[in-house]
Amino acid sequence: MVIYGLMIMGLCAIVGDVLGRFLGHLLGISANVGGVGFAMLFLVLVTRKLMNKGQLSKMAESGILFWNAMYIPVVIAMAAQQNVVAALKGGWAAVIGGLVAVFLGFLLIRPLTALADTSVSAEDETEKTA
Amino acid sequence: MDFIASSLMKAAKSDGLIMAFVIVGALTWISYSASKYLTKGRVHGSAIAIIIGLILAYIGGEVTGGKKGISDVAFFSGIGLMGGSMLRDFCIIATAFGIKLEELKKAGLAGTLALVISTFMSFAVGAVVAYSFGYTDAVSMTTIGGGVATFIVGPVTGAALGASSEVIALSIAAGVVKSVAVMILTPLLAKPFGLTTPAAATVYGGLMGTTSGTAAGLAATDPKLVPYGAMIATFYTGFGCLVGPSICYFIIKAIMG
Repeated sequence: MVIYGLMIMGLCAIVGDVLGRFLGHLLGISANVGGVGFAMLFLVLVTRKLMNKGQLSKMAESGILFWNAMYIPVVIAMAAQQNVVAALKGGWAAVIGGLVAVFLGFLLIRPLTALADTSVSAEDETEKTA
Repeated sequence: MDFIASSLMKAAKSDGLIMAFVIVGALTWISYSASKYLTKGRVHGSAIAIIIGLILAYIGGEVTGGKKGISDVAFFSGIGLMGGSMLRDFCIIATAFGIKLEELKKAGLAGTLALVISTFMSFAVGAVVAYSFGYTDAVSMTTIGGGVATFIVGPVTGAALGASSEVIALSIAAGVVKSVAVMILTPLLAKPFGLTTPAAATVYGGLMGTTSGTAAGLAATDPKLVPYGAMIATFYTGFGCLVGPSICYFIIKAIMG
């Protein structure tokens, strides 16, 4: 059943959300610390376990894959409701601050990625060109 | 004619989400056609769609004076539900399906390091920019620094430190500039800056931190990389809210005397 896929994903989302809020509460801040990240981790672990046991039906899987495929349209809708006017009206301080952080971030991608296992990246590059 | 127009208006109100599917579907179709025929596939269709989305958001904000882009226009209100945080987070979670856990483990440490470095770097950049624009007190400098981290860290930090509403607004603006810049620049800069592997995407998520920015930026670059960047990025705002009003404020205050 398609709904089983949604149920699994929904459970992961809700448990992750509660955990993220709890972590924020423990740290004394009113923010959700990594709720979505925890939910993603749960989904990977749960679905892998179910698949290994052969208990994740094709229909349940398609329920998850539907939302996976809806990601880009949802992101487009998200872009359409950003407060772009505020970004442009913030003046030069906002523009310079935001842009400098982004450029410094890009500059750091290579050196920090080099810290991760280099053999993995090499493997992936050959996979991509193949 | 009037009847059709008013019926459409009613449909947009009562069936907002369905109207949003039609509008975003049409927007996607136009963008992917433009990508194929106008740019010969050089610019990704989703990158074009996201930029059109941002332009619509600007128009919506100008027309209504609201904060939620095109979704503040009644006819497009369903876009607010479709692109709101509930469905966005649900879809981000769905992208984790089929992720390679081994990849994440290998890049996990580098990604975490990226997150920590980038958070402190954002506060430093924001504080310096704030100072050079005449905001020389530690509270304002830290708040604007928080905004450079993400548009949530800024107001949370500002509220905790008691910053003025003008400074909080500025910090939100800086955060939105960052997130929009990440959306637009990522597909352009990905290749030259080595954002091509899951490991690099993990590091990138830690460096950029803005969930909406990385979500859209990676979608427009290579959808396969989305879960790796998104997972780390979801910890960024929480970490920023944690260290902003505490460690970062103390450091900036110590330097400013």
